[in-house]
Amino acid sequence: MNYWPLLGVAAVVAGFALRLNPMLVVVAAGFVSGFASGLSLPDQLALLGKAFVSTRAPLLIVLTLPVIGLLEHAGLREHAQRWIAGLYYMSLSLLLICYMALRQILGALGLTSIGGPAQTVRPLIAPMSEAAARKTAPDLDDGQRERTRALAAATDNVGLFFGEDIFIAFGAVLLIQTFYSANGIQLEPLAIALWAIPTAIAAFVIHALRIVVFQYGLKRGTTRPRT
Amino acid sequence: MIALSYVWWLAALVLAAAAVFDLRARRWGNAAFWAIIAITFAAGDSILAADKAGNRLPTQLVGVAVVILALLAGLGLMRRSPAGETDATAREASAQRLGHRLFGPALMVPLVTTVLFLLAPYLAVGDWRLFPASNATVPALALGCCVAVVFALRVTRARPAQALRESSRLLDQLSWAVVLPMLLAALGGVFESTGVGAAVAGLIGQVIPTDSRLACTIAYGLGMIVFTMIMGNAFAAFPVMTGGIALPLLIRQHGGDPAVIGALGMLTGYCGTLLTPMAANFNIVPAVLLELKDSYGVIRMQAATAVLLATTNIALMYFLAFR
Repeated sequence: MNYWPLLGVAAVVAGFALRLNPMLVVVAAGFVSGFASGLSLPDQLALLGKAFVSTRAPLLIVLTLPVIGLLEHAGLREHAQRWIAGLYYMSLSLLLICYMALRQILGALGLTSIGGPAQTVRPLIAPMSEAAARKTAPDLDDGQRERTRALAAATDNVGLFFGEDIFIAFGAVLLIQTFYSANGIQLEPLAIALWAIPTAIAAFVIHALRIVVFQYGLKRGTTRPRT
Repeated sequence: MIALSYVWWLAALVLAAAAVFDLRARRWGNAAFWAIIAITFAAGDSILAADKAGNRLPTQLVGVAVVILALLAGLGLMRRSPAGETDATAREASAQRLGHRLFGPALMVPLVTTVLFLLAPYLAVGDWRLFPASNATVPALALGCCVAVVFALRVTRARPAQALRESSRLLDQLSWAVVLPMLLAALGGVFESTGVGAAVAGLIGQVIPTDSRLACTIAYGLGMIVFTMIMGNAFAAFPVMTGGIALPLLIRQHGGDPAVIGALGMLTGYCGTLLTPMAANFNIVPAVLLELKDSYGVIRMQAATAVLLATTNIALMYFLAFR
Protein backbone atom coordinates (compact mmCIF):
# COMPACT_ATOMS: atom_id res chain seq x y z
CA MET A 1 0.00 0.00 0.00
CA ASN A 2 1.13 3.55 -0.78
CA TYR A 3 1.27 5.51 2.48
CA TRP A 4 2.71 8.69 0.96
CA PRO A 5 -0.71 10.35 0.29
CA LEU A 6 -1.04 10.60 4.10
CA LEU A 7 1.34 13.56 3.80
CA GLY A 8 -1.77 15.48 2.67
CA VAL A 9 -3.36 14.78 6.07
CA ALA A 10 -0.16 15.88 7.79
CA ALA A 11 -0.27 19.11 5.75
CA VAL A 12 -3.84 19.78 6.92
CA VAL A 13 -3.01 19.15 10.58
CA ALA A 14 0.18 21.25 10.41
CA GLY A 15 -1.56 24.08 8.55
CA PHE A 16 -4.43 24.33 11.02
CA ALA A 17 -2.05 24.00 13.98
CA LEU A 18 0.05 26.90 12.63
CA ARG A 19 -3.17 28.86 12.04
CA LEU A 20 -2.34 29.52 8.42
CA ASN A 21 -5.19 30.67 6.20
CA PRO A 22 -7.48 27.60 5.86
CA MET A 23 -8.09 28.23 2.14
CA LEU A 24 -4.37 27.98 1.43
CA VAL A 25 -3.95 24.98 3.73
CA VAL A 26 -6.73 23.03 2.02
CA VAL A 27 -5.53 23.67 -1.52
CA ALA A 28 -1.92 22.95 -0.57
CA ALA A 29 -2.93 19.69 1.15
CA GLY A 30 -4.77 18.59 -1.98
CA PHE A 31 -1.65 19.12 -4.07
CA VAL A 32 0.59 17.38 -1.51
CA SER A 33 -1.48 14.22 -1.52
CA GLY A 34 -1.90 14.49 -5.29
CA PHE A 35 1.84 14.62 -5.96
CA ALA A 36 2.47 11.91 -3.34
CA SER A 37 0.14 9.56 -5.18
CA GLY A 38 1.90 10.33 -8.46
CA LEU A 39 -0.74 12.36 -10.31
CA SER A 40 0.40 14.88 -12.91
CA LEU A 41 -0.38 18.58 -12.44
CA PRO A 42 -3.06 18.76 -15.21
CA ASP A 43 -4.77 15.69 -13.69
CA GLN A 44 -4.72 17.31 -10.27
CA LEU A 45 -6.17 20.58 -11.54
CA ALA A 46 -8.97 18.70 -13.27
CA LEU A 47 -9.61 16.62 -10.14
CA LEU A 48 -9.73 19.71 -7.92
CA GLY A 49 -11.87 21.67 -10.39
CA LYS A 50 -14.36 18.86 -10.86
CA ALA A 51 -14.64 18.25 -7.10
CA PHE A 52 -15.19 22.00 -6.52
CA VAL A 53 -17.95 22.37 -9.12
CA SER A 54 -19.66 19.17 -7.95
CA THR A 55 -19.99 20.44 -4.37
CA ARG A 56 -21.76 23.74 -4.87
CA ALA A 57 -24.58 23.00 -2.41
CA PRO A 58 -22.93 24.37 0.80
CA LEU A 59 -22.72 27.84 -0.77
CA LEU A 60 -26.51 28.06 -1.10
CA ILE A 61 -26.36 29.87 2.22
CA VAL A 62 -25.91 33.00 0.04
CA LEU A 63 -29.57 32.77 -1.01
CA THR A 64 -30.65 33.61 2.54
CA LEU A 65 -28.41 36.68 2.77
CA PRO A 66 -30.66 39.23 0.97
CA VAL A 67 -33.54 38.57 3.42
CA ILE A 68 -31.34 38.49 6.49
CA GLY A 69 -29.51 41.63 5.38
CA LEU A 70 -32.70 43.58 4.70
CA LEU A 71 -34.23 42.64 8.04
CA GLU A 72 -31.06 43.41 9.95
CA HIS A 73 -30.90 46.78 8.24
CA ALA A 74 -34.44 47.35 9.50
CA GLY A 75 -33.48 46.46 13.08
CA LEU A 76 -34.36 42.74 13.42
CA ARG A 77 -31.58 42.02 15.90
CA GLU A 78 -32.40 45.04 18.05
CA HIS A 79 -36.05 44.01 18.15
CA ALA A 80 -35.29 40.35 18.99
CA GLN A 81 -33.12 41.50 21.87
CA ARG A 82 -35.67 43.88 23.31
CA TRP A 83 -38.44 41.31 23.02
CA ILE A 84 -36.53 38.63 24.96
CA ALA A 85 -35.36 41.17 27.52
CA GLY A 86 -39.03 42.02 28.14
CA LEU A 87 -40.13 38.43 28.81
CA TYR A 88 -39.61 38.17 32.58
CA TYR A 89 -39.56 34.34 32.71
CA MET A 90 -37.12 33.87 29.81
CA SER A 91 -33.61 32.88 30.85
CA LEU A 92 -30.62 31.87 28.72
CA SER A 93 -30.94 28.20 29.68
CA LEU A 94 -34.69 28.07 29.05
CA LEU A 95 -34.26 29.73 25.65
CA LEU A 96 -31.41 27.53 24.44
CA ILE A 97 -32.77 24.26 25.85
CA CYS A 98 -36.16 24.88 24.20
CA TYR A 99 -34.42 25.74 20.92
CA MET A 100 -32.33 22.57 21.09
CA ALA A 101 -35.39 20.41 21.80
CA LEU A 102 -37.27 22.02 18.92
CA ARG A 103 -34.32 21.51 16.57
CA GLN A 104 -33.96 17.83 17.57
CA ILE A 105 -37.67 17.07 17.21
CA LEU A 106 -37.96 18.84 13.84
CA GLY A 107 -34.73 17.16 12.70
CA ALA A 108 -36.15 13.76 13.63
CA LEU A 109 -39.11 14.57 11.38
CA GLY A 110 -36.73 15.43 8.54
CA LEU A 111 -37.21 19.20 8.83
CA THR A 112 -33.55 20.16 9.11
CA SER A 113 -33.54 23.26 6.92
CA ILE A 114 -35.78 25.06 9.41
CA GLY A 115 -32.78 26.34 11.36
CA GLY A 116 -29.11 27.02 10.85
CA PRO A 117 -26.40 29.57 11.55
CA ALA A 118 -27.58 31.94 8.81
CA GLN A 119 -31.32 31.19 8.92
CA THR A 120 -31.99 31.35 12.67
CA VAL A 121 -28.87 31.74 14.84
CA ARG A 122 -27.46 35.04 13.55
CA PRO A 123 -30.76 36.92 13.13
CA LEU A 124 -32.69 35.47 16.10
CA ILE A 125 -31.12 33.03 18.55
CA ALA A 126 -27.77 34.78 19.11
CA PRO A 127 -29.23 38.25 19.87
CA MET A 128 -31.95 36.64 22.00
CA SER A 129 -29.33 34.64 23.93
CA GLU A 130 -27.36 37.81 24.55
CA ALA A 131 -30.42 39.61 25.87
CA ALA A 132 -31.29 36.62 28.07
CA ALA A 133 -27.72 36.40 29.37
CA ARG A 134 -27.87 40.10 30.34
CA LYS A 135 -30.69 39.23 32.74
CA THR A 136 -28.36 36.89 34.64
CA ALA A 137 -25.27 39.06 34.31
CA PRO A 138 -26.36 42.69 33.72
CA ASP A 139 -22.81 43.83 32.96
CA LEU A 140 -21.89 41.16 30.45
CA ASP A 141 -18.25 41.66 29.49
CA ASP A 142 -16.85 41.11 25.99
CA GLY A 143 -15.57 37.61 26.70
CA GLN A 144 -18.85 36.48 28.22
CA ARG A 145 -20.73 37.97 25.28
CA GLU A 146 -18.52 36.03 22.83
CA ARG A 147 -19.03 32.77 24.68
CA THR A 148 -22.78 33.29 24.90
CA ARG A 149 -23.01 33.78 21.14
CA ALA A 150 -20.72 30.80 20.51
CA LEU A 151 -22.91 28.69 22.81
CA ALA A 152 -25.97 29.63 20.72
CA ALA A 153 -24.22 28.36 17.57
CA ALA A 154 -23.00 25.23 19.37
CA THR A 155 -26.53 24.48 20.59
CA ASP A 156 -27.83 24.74 17.04
CA ASN A 157 -25.22 22.20 15.86
CA VAL A 158 -25.86 19.74 18.70
CA GLY A 159 -29.63 19.91 18.16
CA LEU A 160 -29.23 19.34 14.42
CA PHE A 161 -26.63 16.54 14.53
CA PHE A 162 -28.33 14.39 17.13
CA GLY A 163 -31.88 14.81 15.87
CA GLU A 164 -31.57 14.23 12.14
CA ASP A 165 -30.23 10.69 12.48
CA ILE A 166 -33.58 9.46 13.82
CA PHE A 167 -35.24 10.42 10.54
CA ILE A 168 -35.26 7.30 8.38
CA ALA A 169 -34.93 9.06 5.05
CA PHE A 170 -31.92 11.07 6.22
CA GLY A 171 -28.70 10.67 4.25
CA ALA A 172 -26.72 9.13 7.12
CA VAL A 173 -29.23 6.33 7.68
CA LEU A 174 -29.41 5.59 3.97
CA LEU A 175 -25.61 5.67 3.72
CA ILE A 176 -25.32 3.09 6.52
CA GLN A 177 -27.94 0.88 4.88
CA THR A 178 -26.33 1.14 1.44
CA PHE A 179 -22.90 0.38 2.86
CA TYR A 180 -24.14 -2.77 4.62
CA SER A 181 -26.15 -4.05 1.67
CA ALA A 182 -23.06 -3.62 -0.54
CA ASN A 183 -21.34 -5.91 1.98
CA GLY A 184 -24.11 -8.51 2.06
CA ILE A 185 -25.96 -7.42 5.22
CA GLN A 186 -29.61 -6.43 4.65
CA LEU A 187 -31.10 -3.99 7.19
CA GLU A 188 -34.28 -1.91 7.33
CA PRO A 189 -33.64 1.88 7.63
CA LEU A 190 -35.96 1.94 10.65
CA ALA A 191 -33.80 -0.63 12.48
CA ILE A 192 -30.80 1.71 12.09
CA ALA A 193 -32.66 4.93 12.89
CA LEU A 194 -34.05 3.51 16.16
CA TRP A 195 -30.53 3.07 17.56
CA ALA A 196 -29.96 6.81 17.17
CA ILE A 197 -32.55 7.50 19.90
CA PRO A 198 -30.37 6.68 22.97
CA THR A 199 -27.68 9.05 21.67
CA ALA A 200 -30.26 11.75 20.92
CA ILE A 201 -31.44 11.61 24.55
CA ALA A 202 -27.86 11.54 25.88
CA ALA A 203 -26.91 14.53 23.71
CA PHE A 204 -29.92 16.50 24.96
CA VAL A 205 -29.19 15.76 28.62
CA ILE A 206 -25.45 16.44 28.38
CA HIS A 207 -25.77 19.69 26.45
CA ALA A 208 -28.71 20.93 28.55
CA LEU A 209 -26.63 20.40 31.70
CA ARG A 210 -23.77 22.32 30.13
CA ILE A 211 -26.08 25.22 29.27
CA VAL A 212 -27.32 25.31 32.88
CA VAL A 213 -23.72 25.21 34.15
CA PHE A 214 -22.80 28.03 31.76
CA GLN A 215 -25.64 30.20 33.03
CA TYR A 216 -24.66 29.44 36.63
CA GLY A 217 -21.13 30.54 35.72
CA LEU A 218 -22.46 33.84 34.32
CA LYS A 219 -24.31 34.41 37.58
CA ARG A 220 -21.19 33.91 39.65
CA GLY A 221 -19.24 36.05 37.20
CA THR A 222 -16.59 33.36 36.87
CA THR A 223 -17.12 31.65 33.54
CA ARG A 224 -14.15 29.49 32.93
CA PRO A 225 -12.58 30.49 29.63
CA ARG A 226 -12.64 27.10 27.92
CA THR A 227 -16.01 25.57 28.74
CA MET B 1 -40.15 23.19 -13.40
CA ILE B 2 -37.70 24.85 -11.07
CA ALA B 3 -34.58 22.97 -12.12
CA LEU B 4 -31.44 22.93 -10.03
CA SER B 5 -29.65 25.04 -12.68
CA TYR B 6 -31.99 28.01 -12.01
CA VAL B 7 -31.00 27.86 -8.35
CA TRP B 8 -27.31 28.03 -9.25
CA TRP B 9 -28.03 31.03 -11.50
CA LEU B 10 -29.87 32.76 -8.67
CA ALA B 11 -26.88 32.20 -6.38
CA ALA B 12 -24.59 33.46 -9.16
CA LEU B 13 -26.70 36.62 -9.34
CA VAL B 14 -26.26 37.32 -5.61
CA LEU B 15 -22.51 36.68 -5.92
CA ALA B 16 -22.18 38.81 -9.06
CA ALA B 17 -23.94 41.68 -7.29
CA ALA B 18 -21.30 41.51 -4.56
CA ALA B 19 -18.60 41.67 -7.24
CA VAL B 20 -20.20 44.79 -8.76
CA PHE B 21 -20.57 46.59 -5.41
CA ASP B 22 -16.95 45.75 -4.52
CA LEU B 23 -15.77 46.97 -7.92
CA ARG B 24 -17.50 50.31 -7.27
CA ALA B 25 -15.93 50.53 -3.82
CA ARG B 26 -12.51 49.73 -5.34
CA ARG B 27 -12.05 46.58 -3.26
CA TRP B 28 -10.40 44.78 -6.19
CA GLY B 29 -9.50 41.58 -4.34
CA ASN B 30 -13.06 41.03 -3.13
CA ALA B 31 -14.49 41.86 -6.55
CA ALA B 32 -12.24 39.29 -8.26
CA PHE B 33 -13.07 36.66 -5.63
CA TRP B 34 -16.86 36.97 -5.96
CA ALA B 35 -16.67 37.28 -9.77
CA ILE B 36 -14.74 34.00 -10.06
CA ILE B 37 -17.24 32.15 -7.86
CA ALA B 38 -20.22 33.68 -9.67
CA ILE B 39 -18.86 32.44 -13.00
CA THR B 40 -18.15 28.97 -11.57
CA PHE B 41 -21.72 28.81 -10.29
CA ALA B 42 -23.38 30.03 -13.46
CA ALA B 43 -21.28 27.83 -15.75
CA GLY B 44 -21.10 24.86 -13.35
CA ASP B 45 -23.53 22.58 -15.15
CA SER B 46 -21.95 23.10 -18.57
CA ILE B 47 -18.48 22.59 -17.07
CA LEU B 48 -19.55 19.22 -15.64
CA ALA B 49 -21.22 18.31 -18.94
CA ALA B 50 -18.03 19.13 -20.88
CA ASP B 51 -15.99 17.06 -18.42
CA LYS B 52 -18.33 14.11 -18.93
CA ALA B 53 -17.96 14.47 -22.69
CA GLY B 54 -14.19 14.16 -22.31
CA ASN B 55 -13.20 17.83 -22.57
CA ARG B 56 -11.12 18.42 -19.45
CA LEU B 57 -10.08 22.00 -20.20
CA PRO B 58 -13.03 23.67 -18.36
CA THR B 59 -12.52 21.62 -15.17
CA GLN B 60 -8.77 22.34 -15.30
CA LEU B 61 -9.57 26.05 -15.59
CA VAL B 62 -11.79 25.73 -12.49
CA GLY B 63 -8.84 24.05 -10.76
CA VAL B 64 -6.68 27.09 -11.63
CA ALA B 65 -9.51 29.37 -10.45
CA VAL B 66 -9.61 27.56 -7.09
CA VAL B 67 -5.88 28.12 -6.68
CA ILE B 68 -6.41 31.83 -7.43
CA LEU B 69 -9.24 31.99 -4.85
CA ALA B 70 -6.96 30.42 -2.25
CA LEU B 71 -4.19 32.91 -3.07
CA LEU B 72 -6.58 35.89 -2.90
CA ALA B 73 -7.72 34.74 0.54
CA GLY B 74 -4.37 33.50 1.80
CA LEU B 75 -2.27 36.52 0.83
CA GLY B 76 -4.68 38.90 2.55
CA LEU B 77 -5.88 40.54 -0.66
CA MET B 78 -9.48 40.48 0.55
CA ARG B 79 -10.69 43.26 2.81
CA ARG B 80 -13.53 42.91 5.27
CA SER B 81 -16.02 45.70 4.69
CA PRO B 82 -16.13 48.24 7.51
CA ALA B 83 -19.03 47.40 9.84
CA GLY B 84 -21.81 49.94 9.31
CA GLU B 85 -22.32 50.88 12.95
CA THR B 86 -23.12 54.47 12.02
CA ASP B 87 -26.78 53.76 11.30
CA ALA B 88 -27.39 52.15 14.71
CA THR B 89 -29.88 54.85 15.66
CA ALA B 90 -31.77 54.39 12.39
CA ARG B 91 -31.95 50.64 13.05
CA GLU B 92 -33.20 51.23 16.59
CA ALA B 93 -35.94 53.56 15.34
CA SER B 94 -36.99 51.14 12.62
CA ALA B 95 -37.03 48.28 15.14
CA GLN B 96 -39.38 50.32 17.36
CA ARG B 97 -41.65 51.11 14.43
CA LEU B 98 -41.86 47.65 12.81
CA GLY B 99 -41.76 45.48 15.94
CA HIS B 100 -42.93 41.88 15.57
CA ARG B 101 -43.56 42.39 11.85
CA LEU B 102 -39.80 41.92 11.41
CA PHE B 103 -40.06 38.28 12.54
CA GLY B 104 -42.45 37.40 9.68
CA PRO B 105 -40.02 37.31 6.73
CA ALA B 106 -37.25 35.83 8.91
CA LEU B 107 -39.43 32.87 9.86
CA MET B 108 -40.74 32.61 6.32
CA VAL B 109 -37.47 31.21 4.92
CA PRO B 110 -37.59 28.00 6.99
CA LEU B 111 -41.39 27.70 6.98
CA VAL B 112 -41.94 28.17 3.23
CA THR B 113 -39.00 25.86 2.49
CA THR B 114 -40.40 23.15 4.74
CA VAL B 115 -43.97 23.44 3.46
CA LEU B 116 -42.82 23.36 -0.16
CA PHE B 117 -40.57 20.38 0.56
CA LEU B 118 -43.46 18.48 2.14
CA LEU B 119 -45.86 19.42 -0.65
CA ALA B 120 -43.33 18.70 -3.44
CA PRO B 121 -44.82 15.32 -4.47
CA TYR B 122 -48.27 16.95 -4.92
CA LEU B 123 -47.11 20.04 -6.86
CA ALA B 124 -47.38 18.26 -10.19
CA VAL B 125 -49.74 18.31 -13.15
CA GLY B 126 -49.35 15.23 -15.29
CA ASP B 127 -45.67 14.97 -16.19
CA TRP B 128 -44.97 18.54 -15.18
CA ARG B 129 -43.58 18.97 -11.66
CA LEU B 130 -42.76 22.19 -9.84
CA PHE B 131 -39.65 20.63 -8.31
CA PRO B 132 -37.37 17.89 -9.65
CA ALA B 133 -38.33 14.56 -8.06
CA SER B 134 -34.84 13.67 -6.90
CA ASN B 135 -33.79 16.82 -5.08
CA ALA B 136 -36.67 19.02 -3.91
CA THR B 137 -34.96 20.63 -0.90
CA VAL B 138 -32.66 22.97 -2.81
CA PRO B 139 -35.30 24.46 -5.15
CA ALA B 140 -37.68 24.69 -2.18
CA LEU B 141 -35.06 26.67 -0.25
CA ALA B 142 -34.50 28.97 -3.23
CA LEU B 143 -38.22 29.64 -3.65
CA GLY B 144 -38.60 30.12 0.13
CA CYS B 145 -35.85 32.75 0.05
CA CYS B 146 -37.47 34.55 -2.89
CA VAL B 147 -40.88 34.67 -1.17
CA ALA B 148 -39.23 35.92 2.01
CA VAL B 149 -37.36 38.68 0.13
CA VAL B 150 -40.62 39.93 -1.39
CA PHE B 151 -42.27 40.03 2.04
CA ALA B 152 -39.21 41.64 3.62
CA LEU B 153 -39.27 44.37 0.94
CA ARG B 154 -42.95 45.02 1.68
CA VAL B 155 -42.46 45.11 5.45
CA THR B 156 -39.39 47.33 5.38
CA ARG B 157 -40.51 49.39 2.34
CA ALA B 158 -36.98 49.16 0.97
CA ARG B 159 -36.15 49.21 -2.74
CA PRO B 160 -35.23 45.84 -4.35
CA ALA B 161 -31.65 46.98 -4.99
CA GLN B 162 -31.28 47.37 -1.23
CA ALA B 163 -31.65 43.58 -0.82
CA LEU B 164 -28.61 42.95 -3.05
CA ARG B 165 -26.68 45.77 -1.36
CA GLU B 166 -27.30 44.11 2.02
CA SER B 167 -26.37 40.63 0.78
CA SER B 168 -23.14 42.07 -0.65
CA ARG B 169 -22.37 43.70 2.70
CA LEU B 170 -22.87 40.36 4.46
CA LEU B 171 -20.77 38.51 1.87
CA ASP B 172 -17.88 40.93 2.39
CA GLN B 173 -18.25 40.38 6.12
CA LEU B 174 -18.21 36.58 5.73
CA SER B 175 -15.45 36.88 3.15
CA TRP B 176 -13.64 33.68 2.13
CA ALA B 177 -15.09 31.68 5.04
CA VAL B 178 -18.28 31.22 3.06
CA VAL B 179 -16.41 29.28 0.34
CA LEU B 180 -14.36 27.12 2.73
CA PRO B 181 -17.02 24.37 3.09
CA MET B 182 -17.04 23.88 -0.69
CA LEU B 183 -13.28 23.72 -0.79
CA LEU B 184 -13.16 21.20 2.08
CA ALA B 185 -15.70 19.00 0.33
CA ALA B 186 -13.49 19.20 -2.75
CA LEU B 187 -10.47 18.19 -0.66
CA GLY B 188 -12.48 15.18 0.56
CA GLY B 189 -12.92 14.18 -3.08
CA VAL B 190 -9.21 14.62 -3.76
CA PHE B 191 -8.25 12.57 -0.68
CA GLU B 192 -10.64 9.83 -1.76
CA SER B 193 -9.12 9.61 -5.25
CA THR B 194 -5.55 9.63 -3.97
CA GLY B 195 -6.08 6.72 -1.57
CA VAL B 196 -5.74 8.54 1.77
CA GLY B 197 -8.71 6.69 3.32
CA ALA B 198 -7.42 3.23 2.56
CA ALA B 199 -4.01 4.11 4.01
CA VAL B 200 -5.53 5.32 7.31
CA ALA B 201 -7.67 2.19 7.71
CA GLY B 202 -4.64 0.03 6.91
CA LEU B 203 -2.55 1.72 9.60
CA ILE B 204 -5.20 1.42 12.33
CA GLY B 205 -5.82 -2.23 11.47
CA GLN B 206 -2.16 -2.97 12.17
CA VAL B 207 -2.02 -1.56 15.70
CA ILE B 208 -5.13 -2.83 17.57
CA PRO B 209 -5.34 -6.14 19.48
CA THR B 210 -8.08 -7.76 17.40
CA ASP B 211 -9.21 -10.46 19.83
CA SER B 212 -10.46 -7.98 22.44
CA ARG B 213 -14.05 -6.81 21.87
CA LEU B 214 -13.53 -3.72 23.97
CA ALA B 215 -10.30 -2.74 22.20
CA CYS B 216 -11.99 -3.10 18.80
CA THR B 217 -15.01 -1.05 19.90
CA ILE B 218 -12.82 1.73 21.26
CA ALA B 219 -10.58 1.65 18.18
CA TYR B 220 -13.63 1.95 15.89
CA GLY B 221 -15.07 4.84 17.93
CA LEU B 222 -11.79 6.73 18.11
CA GLY B 223 -11.07 5.98 14.46
CA MET B 224 -14.43 7.48 13.47
CA ILE B 225 -13.69 10.59 15.55
CA VAL B 226 -10.14 11.10 14.30
CA PHE B 227 -10.91 10.40 10.67
CA THR B 228 -14.02 12.63 10.80
CA MET B 229 -11.86 15.40 12.25
CA ILE B 230 -9.37 15.01 9.40
CA MET B 231 -11.99 14.85 6.65
CA GLY B 232 -14.42 17.28 8.32
CA ASN B 233 -17.27 14.90 7.54
CA ALA B 234 -18.53 11.72 9.21
CA PHE B 235 -19.98 10.52 5.90
CA ALA B 236 -16.49 10.32 4.41
CA ALA B 237 -15.13 8.52 7.48
CA PHE B 238 -17.93 5.96 7.78
CA PRO B 239 -17.20 3.65 4.82
CA VAL B 240 -13.45 3.73 5.50
CA MET B 241 -13.62 2.96 9.23
CA THR B 242 -16.57 0.58 9.08
CA GLY B 243 -15.02 -1.31 6.19
CA GLY B 244 -11.61 -1.33 7.88
CA ILE B 245 -12.52 -2.12 11.52
CA ALA B 246 -16.22 -2.62 12.27
CA LEU B 247 -17.16 -5.05 9.51
CA PRO B 248 -14.24 -7.52 9.70
CA LEU B 249 -13.66 -7.35 13.47
CA LEU B 250 -16.75 -6.20 15.41
CA ILE B 251 -19.43 -7.76 13.20
CA ARG B 252 -17.83 -10.80 11.52
CA GLN B 253 -15.36 -11.85 14.22
CA HIS B 254 -17.16 -10.82 17.43
CA GLY B 255 -20.77 -11.08 16.16
CA GLY B 256 -21.93 -7.54 17.04
CA ASP B 257 -25.30 -6.19 15.89
CA PRO B 258 -24.65 -4.30 12.61
CA ALA B 259 -27.59 -1.89 13.07
CA VAL B 260 -26.29 -0.74 16.48
CA ILE B 261 -22.69 -0.50 15.29
CA GLY B 262 -23.63 1.44 12.14
CA ALA B 263 -25.89 3.95 13.88
CA LEU B 264 -23.65 4.57 16.89
CA GLY B 265 -20.49 4.57 14.78
CA MET B 266 -21.92 7.35 12.62
CA LEU B 267 -23.05 9.32 15.67
CA THR B 268 -19.61 8.96 17.25
CA GLY B 269 -18.24 10.42 14.05
CA TYR B 270 -20.61 13.38 14.52
CA CYS B 271 -18.88 14.07 17.84
CA GLY B 272 -15.70 14.44 15.78
CA THR B 273 -17.53 16.91 13.51
CA LEU B 274 -18.18 19.10 16.56
CA LEU B 275 -14.44 19.24 17.23
CA THR B 276 -12.84 20.08 13.91
CA PRO B 277 -12.22 23.30 11.96
CA MET B 278 -12.42 21.10 8.84
CA ALA B 279 -16.22 21.01 9.29
CA ALA B 280 -16.21 24.67 8.35
CA ASN B 281 -19.89 25.14 7.60
CA PHE B 282 -20.80 24.05 11.15
CA ASN B 283 -17.85 25.42 13.10
CA ILE B 284 -16.07 28.22 11.24
CA VAL B 285 -18.83 29.88 9.20
CA PRO B 286 -21.05 30.39 12.31
CA ALA B 287 -18.09 31.95 14.15
CA VAL B 288 -17.69 34.44 11.30
CA LEU B 289 -21.45 34.98 10.97
CA LEU B 290 -21.69 35.78 14.68
CA GLU B 291 -18.66 38.07 14.44
CA LEU B 292 -16.69 36.14 17.06
CA LYS B 293 -13.09 37.26 17.55
CA ASP B 294 -11.95 33.67 18.05
CA SER B 295 -12.64 31.64 14.91
CA TYR B 296 -12.47 28.46 17.05
CA GLY B 297 -14.99 29.91 19.55
CA VAL B 298 -17.85 27.63 18.50
CA ILE B 299 -15.62 24.55 18.71
CA ARG B 300 -14.54 25.52 22.23
CA MET B 301 -18.17 25.66 23.35
CA GLN B 302 -18.85 22.27 21.76
CA ALA B 303 -15.75 20.45 22.99
CA ALA B 304 -17.01 19.29 26.38
CA THR B 305 -20.34 18.11 24.96
CA ALA B 306 -18.55 16.24 22.16
CA VAL B 307 -16.10 14.45 24.47
CA LEU B 308 -18.77 13.43 27.01
CA LEU B 309 -21.13 12.29 24.27
CA ALA B 310 -18.45 10.34 22.40
CA THR B 311 -17.62 8.47 25.61
CA THR B 312 -21.33 7.74 26.14
CA ASN B 313 -21.65 6.55 22.54
CA ILE B 314 -18.73 4.15 22.72
CA ALA B 315 -20.09 2.71 25.99
CA LEU B 316 -23.56 2.39 24.44
CA MET B 317 -22.08 0.66 21.42
CA TYR B 318 -20.20 -1.84 23.60
CA PHE B 319 -23.23 -2.71 25.71
CA LEU B 320 -25.94 -2.63 23.01
CA ALA B 321 -24.09 -4.34 20.15
CA PHE B 322 -23.16 -7.41 22.23
CA ARG B 323 -26.45 -7.84 24.09
